[in-house]
Amino acid sequence: MTAQEIFDILKAKFGDALIETTISAAGGSASVGYAMQLWIHIAPERIKEICFFLRDDSDMQFDYLSCLSGMDYNNGTLGVVYHLASIMYKHKIVLKTYCPKDDPHIQSVSAVWGTADWHEREAFDLYGIVFDEHPDLRRLLLPDDWEGHPLRKDYKVQEFYHGMKVPY
Amino acid sequence: MLTEFGKALIFLLLGIIFVVLGLLGAWLCRPRRPYPEKITTYECGEEPVGSAWIRLNVRFYVIALIFLVFDVEVVVLFPWALVYRQFGLFGFLEMAVFLVILFVGYAYVWLRGDLDWDKPKPEIPFIKRMIVPTTEVDGKHVFIDDDEMVE
Amino acid sequence: MGLLDQRFENSNVFITSLDGLLNWARLSSLWQMQFGLACCAIEMMAASASNFDIMRFGVIPRATPRQVDVMFVAGTVTIKMASRIKRLYDQMSEPRYVISMGSCANCGGPYWEHGYHVLKGVDRVIPVDVYIPGCPPRPEALLEGIMKLQEKVRKESLVKKRA
Repeated sequence: MTAQEIFDILKAKFGDALIETTISAAGGSASVGYAMQLWIHIAPERIKEICFFLRDDSDMQFDYLSCLSGMDYNNGTLGVVYHLASIMYKHKIVLKTYCPKDDPHIQSVSAVWGTADWHEREAFDLYGIVFDEHPDLRRLLLPDDWEGHPLRKDYKVQEFYHGMKVPY
Repeated sequence: MLTEFGKALIFLLLGIIFVVLGLLGAWLCRPRRPYPEKITTYECGEEPVGSAWIRLNVRFYVIALIFLVFDVEVVVLFPWALVYRQFGLFGFLEMAVFLVILFVGYAYVWLRGDLDWDKPKPEIPFIKRMIVPTTEVDGKHVFIDDDEMVE
Repeated sequence: MGLLDQRFENSNVFITSLDGLLNWARLSSLWQMQFGLACCAIEMMAASASNFDIMRFGVIPRATPRQVDVMFVAGTVTIKMASRIKRLYDQMSEPRYVISMGSCANCGGPYWEHGYHVLKGVDRVIPVDVYIPGCPPRPEALLEGIMKLQEKVRKESLVKKRA
């Protein structure tokens, strides 16, 4: 199934959850010869039901979440990128959601794919994106009493941590 | 001159003195600077959590006990092997009897399952009753259920 | 009395001090606590293998800090790991030495500028005796670092304070 077909099915079923009316391409140009990195923009409060549909529908069966990454777009918005794949049908799709930087809340998909649990913990740790209804949202890589979210563009490293000087 | 026992005593004393001198020399030369962080329990760099005393499987004790018995048997075998030729057939039969007695014990322990590592699950015996138990209540015979056992 | 004077030229008697004896014994058997954290650990393993063989220097890897003389900090030290390194260094018994292997352990290495969770040099938490530069240092460089540490141990004294 190509990305355009998946987009059409989703648009027919969840018209209002999809923000863009067409499927978007990486770099902004949709006139590439082959479908590479076409992504679908989803509203952040509908992402969970769309993911349930994508996983359970018999034509789609996206049962493998390849990656869940956080993003900082440097214009006051954070986002999450989902790379989904289907083991049976061997097709892939990319979903994206955005949220404002001062109040970043996105629905958690850890009920859909178990692997999203730690991926979302990492996104919370490094970007500060809060995932609602996550079973155990706490820092994963950095120590629990670290200040700040390092992969944000406006991050300043702290001077001292437990008596050790952190910057060079 | 010294008897043989005297020579063994000198040997023993020299051995003890050698060890004691080595330990004494080390005690004199080594540094000893304990401080609180140094004497904490080692737990791969983390703060130690919980007690260091853990419960061990009782199978270790059983295996060690059985090993001890058969180790002593081997100890008896060694001097017998040295004087074997001197005693001929009689010596052979004597040791064979000894080994058979110990082998019977070994077979018993093995077949009973004492050498298995995992504890065998106990089989709860099922009694097939031909006569159902009854008791007399108000002149009538009432069947006793398993739940309503006598108080 | 002239009993010992110039009699033992080519034989196997030599006179030494307790300091010399102890230092020679200590430097010939520097047991190490292998602390391979990142890529330098591979070079440390290569040095332990048969081609370069640090065991011929008497350096045996032990897993516990109680039985070792020297700790090879080989690899990037993250800040989460730094508190464990401090605790393990505290649990080593004297005389104890630290060899910092590789540029990450020396000064933060390639992560000095943007690494927010990298400790810029393990000498921010424990005192280091020998620094081995390289990214990663070749096994021969590790052997030279061990030899430099042996020279340092050779000059030590039992009764005087260490520098």
